[in-house]
Amino acid sequence: MNRAMTLATALGALAICIAAPATAKTITVAPGADAQSRLQEALLDAQPGDVVQIAAGRYDLTDGLSLDTAKVTIQGAGADKTILNFKNQQGAGEGLLVTAADVVMKDFAVEDTKGDGIKSKGADRVVYKGLRVEWTGGPKTTNGAYGIYPVSSTDVLVDSCIVKGASDAGIYVGQSETIIVRNSIASGNVAGIEIENSRHADVYHNIASHNAGGILVFDLPNLPKMGGGDVRVFENVASDNDTPNFAPKGNIVASVPTGTGVLVMANENVLVTKNALGGNGTANVMIASYRNAFTDPRYNPYPRHITVAGNQQGKAGFAPAFPGAEQLKAAMGGTLPPILWDGAGDSAGISVNDNVPVLSLGLAQGAPMETAKPVPVDLSKNAAGPEPAKVVLPESMEMAAK
Amino acid sequence: MKRLALLISALSAIFIVATAANDTRGVNDTAITADGYPAHLSDYAFFTDLKARTPAARVMAYHLNTPLFSDYAEKYRYLYVPAGQTARYEPDAVIDLPVGAALIKFFGYEQNGAYKPLETRVLLHRASGWVAIPYVWNADGSDADLKRAGTRIPVTFTDPSGQRQSISYAVPNQNQCRECHGLDNVLTPIGPKIRNLNDGRQLQAMLAAHMLDRLPADAPRSVAWDDPKVPLEERARAYLESNCAHCHNPRGAASNSGLFLDWKESDSVTRGLLKRPVAAGRGSGGRDFDIDPGKPDDSIILYRMTSTEPGVAMPELGRSLPHAEALALIRQWIAGMPPAGTDTH
Repeated sequence: MNRAMTLATALGALAICIAAPATAKTITVAPGADAQSRLQEALLDAQPGDVVQIAAGRYDLTDGLSLDTAKVTIQGAGADKTILNFKNQQGAGEGLLVTAADVVMKDFAVEDTKGDGIKSKGADRVVYKGLRVEWTGGPKTTNGAYGIYPVSSTDVLVDSCIVKGASDAGIYVGQSETIIVRNSIASGNVAGIEIENSRHADVYHNIASHNAGGILVFDLPNLPKMGGGDVRVFENVASDNDTPNFAPKGNIVASVPTGTGVLVMANENVLVTKNALGGNGTANVMIASYRNAFTDPRYNPYPRHITVAGNQQGKAGFAPAFPGAEQLKAAMGGTLPPILWDGAGDSAGISVNDNVPVLSLGLAQGAPMETAKPVPVDLSKNAAGPEPAKVVLPESMEMAAK
Repeated sequence: MKRLALLISALSAIFIVATAANDTRGVNDTAITADGYPAHLSDYAFFTDLKARTPAARVMAYHLNTPLFSDYAEKYRYLYVPAGQTARYEPDAVIDLPVGAALIKFFGYEQNGAYKPLETRVLLHRASGWVAIPYVWNADGSDADLKRAGTRIPVTFTDPSGQRQSISYAVPNQNQCRECHGLDNVLTPIGPKIRNLNDGRQLQAMLAAHMLDRLPADAPRSVAWDDPKVPLEERARAYLESNCAHCHNPRGAASNSGLFLDWKESDSVTRGLLKRPVAAGRGSGGRDFDIDPGKPDDSIILYRMTSTEPGVAMPELGRSLPHAEALALIRQWIAGMPPAGTDTH
């Protein structure tokens, strides 16, 4: 009996060992030779709960890094102190790839990747906090597409990040659910911040300046996840978006007119409110349908239940940058109104109350911009759409971002 | 007390199994199934003579009708099925290999008249799932060492057209293995699908060696991409299946692209025809469509298959040279498509 007890105790102890996670550890990586394999080994060795601490300094990398273990934190010493430099990258589609849940990335920089900066795919509850992703040569067509790129995920937080120079979108959240992008700065990108084919997003307290387009809310056809909407864009600055669009042709953002503050394309239930908008040469706010031909029967190309209200409207429409805009500008007396609607679909679902004129371009869905038949419209009497619910992320994510 | 007895007998059973495995003279089954990462390729004893690649018992060489291009690396593939077990026939997927099975793949080039492996990757089927581990060959070619973080190896070789090529050969890190081998991010083998294994001989050999459970007479058979007797369309799609579809499928790493190149995909836009890019960035190369029928030079797919620049090049991993022979095939295929707007009915 005694032996049985001992065995039982031993087995019990074994069970506890298996059940309880090992004590979380910190794996520290310092700058120096062979940074590529030392960093990658740390990312491979990290177990759930561990922290990979990347000391201050510059790390010259030749290949993409990747993390595929849940509940790991990658912690730098600051967005200007821990610098992962990919100038000499020879392979992989991004600088850092995350493919596991509950990963936290904090306080480091990723520079000059050949493709995207940091991508997380199928990585639920991902936190991007205090990061900088930058192409240091300024806006260039040869820069990578996306800076911060969470995709196909549920629960995404981007907080206090800086992204500069992306040839597509600086901060791009695609095909995801339950998203917050806040307190971040995007400049010198084609699109500053883009929410695409996603549901339930709050975009607030960001500064999107000197991009071609500041903040975009898009829905596109032929993708696994469509039907974007329930997006609130509030209390942001989207101003002086004056960087000539440098996106490679073929990408949807290449069609964003330089000088657009906020652009809502397709989607349903989008609220644009209390933003400071101005200095946007094409428009402070543009509401549009999908402009290309499509065959996907699941796709709705029209904006539905879009509410624009209570924004601070500064100067806009002084340098509209879409085909036919010059004639339009002349016809309108030198500037376009700060809010443009492409005119496709039903106006009833679009409510605008910003005390500034709204111009409809009178376009049919898919018709070229040159065929515009502009006419001023009053959308202030239209009923505002249902306000999308506030986005609430799991408490663990908010704690991680503190 | 009864439960305790049961437990003890269960534990001794495990002990006996482990002992039996250690006693076999063939492959080291424990190295395959136990946690951890054996330090050397030789630890597995997949080969009675590793340098000569002489397979141990139940290790069988195989090839694929249409393989993945890996910078012209010459590849040797082996699969191991433990004694007393078989792989299960799956008509539409990878053969279902039992826990304890392994796949072994050598990558190398002919150097001074002899084959010189650079790396060997193993895929091990453990109770917890598949594990991928890269090994890099040592300088004297006697063994390969564990290299979880991957590496780069400069190599010069002569390609099939007779041209000398110098490249920085990339050994993937362990997570990168999953980028191609992940289905819903669960690691899984790619190559040994029945259709890609079926050459009329090797599946029969597997069956005869009691490594495969059954082999219906109508087992599907995919074409060889470089067989000129096969229609162009079939060759092109077989090539894209083997080189792209492991990511470009609804459960793969490129699921968010909406471009699916698996042989089963029937929607023409989803297969790329007049499909606009979604997250291509400069990978679009200024082109509007993945495949612009009749216009290979306006097709993003050909542009990205040609490029060797990271961020543009496809596949994203494992290719630093253009596969000239395949580019010719894809070009010819797209050029032969009726242009958009042409009614073929």
